[in-house]
Amino acid sequence: MEHQHKEHSLLAEEFNANEPRVNWHDETLWWVRQKRDKMAWSIPEWEDLREAASRIKHNVLGNLHDYLLAFEKNAQANGAVVHWAADAAEHNKIVLQLLQEQGVKRMVKSKSMLTEECHLNPYLAEHGIEVIDTDLGERIVQLAKEPPSHIVLPCIHKKKEEIGELFHEHLGTPAGNADPKFLTAAARQHLRAEFIQSRVAITGVNFAVAETGEMVVCTNEGNADMGAHLADVHIACMGIEKIIPQRKHLGVFLRLLARSATGQPITTYSSHFRAPKKGQQLHIVLVDNGRSRQLGREDFRNSLKCIRCGACMNTCPVYRRSGGHSYHNAIAGPIGAILAPNLDMKEYADLPFASTLCGSCSNVCPVKIDIHQQLYQWRQVITKEGYAKKTKAAGMHAMNMVLSKPGLYKTAGGVGRWVMRTFPAVVNNGLNPWYKQREMPEAPKESFADWYKKNRKQ
Amino acid sequence: MKVGLFIPCYIDQFYPQVGIATLSLLEKLGCDVVYPPGQTCCGQPMANSGFEHLTHGCNELFVDHFKDVDYIVGPSGSCVLHIKDHLHVDGKEQVATHIRQHIYELAEFLTDILKVDHLKAKFPHKVGIHQSCHGQRGLGLAQMSELVAAPFSKPQQLLQMVEGLELIELKRTDECCGFGGTFCVFEEAVSVKMGKDRIADHVNNGAEYITGNDVSCLMHLEGILRRQKSNVKVLHIAEILNSI
Amino acid sequence: MSRESILAAIKKNQPEQQALPDLDAFRRTGPGDPAAFRKVIETLGGQVFEISSYAEIQALIAEHQPDARKIISLQEQYLPGAITEWEAGDGGRQFENVDLAIIPGQFGVAENGAIWITDVEIKERVLPFITQHLAIVVASQDIVPTMHDAYAERIAHPGGGFGVFIAGPSKTADIEQSLVLGAHGAKSLTVFLYTPKP
Repeated sequence: MEHQHKEHSLLAEEFNANEPRVNWHDETLWWVRQKRDKMAWSIPEWEDLREAASRIKHNVLGNLHDYLLAFEKNAQANGAVVHWAADAAEHNKIVLQLLQEQGVKRMVKSKSMLTEECHLNPYLAEHGIEVIDTDLGERIVQLAKEPPSHIVLPCIHKKKEEIGELFHEHLGTPAGNADPKFLTAAARQHLRAEFIQSRVAITGVNFAVAETGEMVVCTNEGNADMGAHLADVHIACMGIEKIIPQRKHLGVFLRLLARSATGQPITTYSSHFRAPKKGQQLHIVLVDNGRSRQLGREDFRNSLKCIRCGACMNTCPVYRRSGGHSYHNAIAGPIGAILAPNLDMKEYADLPFASTLCGSCSNVCPVKIDIHQQLYQWRQVITKEGYAKKTKAAGMHAMNMVLSKPGLYKTAGGVGRWVMRTFPAVVNNGLNPWYKQREMPEAPKESFADWYKKNRKQ
Repeated sequence: MKVGLFIPCYIDQFYPQVGIATLSLLEKLGCDVVYPPGQTCCGQPMANSGFEHLTHGCNELFVDHFKDVDYIVGPSGSCVLHIKDHLHVDGKEQVATHIRQHIYELAEFLTDILKVDHLKAKFPHKVGIHQSCHGQRGLGLAQMSELVAAPFSKPQQLLQMVEGLELIELKRTDECCGFGGTFCVFEEAVSVKMGKDRIADHVNNGAEYITGNDVSCLMHLEGILRRQKSNVKVLHIAEILNSI
Repeated sequence: MSRESILAAIKKNQPEQQALPDLDAFRRTGPGDPAAFRKVIETLGGQVFEISSYAEIQALIAEHQPDARKIISLQEQYLPGAITEWEAGDGGRQFENVDLAIIPGQFGVAENGAIWITDVEIKERVLPFITQHLAIVVASQDIVPTMHDAYAERIAHPGGGFGVFIAGPSKTADIEQSLVLGAHGAKSLTVFLYTPKP
């Protein structure tokens, strides 16, 4: 099957070539998971809060049509201009047109996974507009010409020495200086200059309130605010599922978001943008890009509850040991693996299989998305649609044939064990992925069924 | 009480001693145990690989084998969970439902149905528990580290009844070992790395034995331990609970 | 037009609607605990001074922010002599070199140390972000226990076009998860927790 990217298993294998680095990546993210646990345990009603959040989001899914209309009406009354984009291409076109109207060639953008999903930066670059990502982690991966490897911690895969090197090359910091404090100060200086000169700022949106027409944007760095308040034009890009019904529901989500994401009680800044400031334009771009289709997939629609906290990535034992780039998608990890097949089932057919279905992701999810069950369901859909590997399909049909017929199973088992005992090289070789780094189980002379027949009365 | 013994395919073929320990443990505890012959597989390897639609044959067999018992007990949390979640047979749905509602993993059958509060077993060793995910997060055999909830552990409750046995503490109490069914071969690199990390946690905390409720995970860990030429051994929980 | 096609697809695909949960059970009765509020801010890297008169602010700033030259105070009473008025027109860029801004906070939240600020009081939205250091004055009687109480009691209806919860100084941990204070916004946060003498 032709794919644009290598499959997850191959990219993960490449990542695992450097085991100390895998250990470092795993430990770093596990530490974030532990911080999350500590925060969760500080709230006795944590599980009720998750349940409430999940139910609010369920209510949103069932009323999305009306809530979007209410949001649009209220946002317009507040003075915002609301745009609708059916897909990534339309989103990019709308943004480009707004930028061209302003005649800008360079502008700032705070974190927005949606614009990553739509590949906005390369599109604007093709049209001669340079986007400066202002989240520190995003700026780092941008300088490295890489996509983010994590939705909350974009450069979690990078070592400080590599970042020092990048800053030396691009920002002129002294070679060999890899002190996070120093590098952050250098980025602050570099990006302040960008904020000051930028006439347009793009931000993402964490929550959009139907009742008030306002949007909430959460950051720790203050980059969304620096950009949006200094610019003449603020463009906020959001997926249509970001809607919540009322302002009071923010209480639930803001309690959960940062605690789940990074183990903080709340992000430093939770900014509520309702009306543009005097003389400023506020544009809101509502993007579908497959979301309305996912809404119609009963088994998968809950994925639209996601608030992009990244907790499922931090807890995922596979993500921690394969790195975000192995998912070859804007959103990595377990949540990425259930969102991506909706966008392109063939291209992302490998992702739902990049999991042991351990279920930890569903347990940390602040909106209780049944992530691991959806991974299982996507496997069924992908297989039925014909995107499973041919070798795997053949193996499964053979397995089924043996396992559906007790006589055949008994013979095959006996023969198999005899072969393993007599000619171990048949299975103990490099072509058997099990044997590469593991011994095969020792094959006993008799099966349990054989033993039972001899030792118990039938 | 008539108990149908469910011995999953890979236990039947590669770990018969686990089946034997399970059977003799249940008999010691006074159960009337039958082992319906002709059992093969629960269908999970196919279903988890995206081929649930091929599992009709396995499902038919399962329903036929276990239609006449009060309870079905198996020494594998993963296979039990699969049956609990996915066993359906056209025209035999009533039996299938009864089976889904009366199938138990061995440890939970001991704690919840037989309400075992003491065991005559002796195992004077340092033991680490590997909480297999499907048993733990799927069947709820133990509290999950992600949830804000009161702690409990059915396997631990049973192992604490074993004379001389010392349970070790782990740094990560319930991280997946990386077996994951066909994941262990299709994602070989990550699977093995996960297994190595789980083993390191047990070894660093002094385990002589790693035990658990799923032979599949233990088979994976054993494969790595043997390749590492480690002295640490794996044993299914039934083997420890049945040891004298 | 995409708007219509998106809305039509949503209408067709959205599930049956379910009721919203009741959030009242999450509310706490009574006021928030200023000591808890203080403790969280300190863990977030901010510093808190309890004052019983605004007159105490001047000495505290002289002691803890000795290098602050250009100081803006949104209320004259916080710091006599500070800049209280400025010319609008540069979109907030004129504040780039402000060393310290002292602003009023409407209320604080005990569970997370967040303080609510709106553009009604601060006039220029970018001020609390662009200033090098930030100080917020908030009354200890204006502490609510949780975010639920905040939204239910204090900000059920939006006032102003912009409001923000600020919890601690600007920070990042993007480089190897090392916490660094002072990313793009204010490098430090000082909270003056005001309890007038009875």
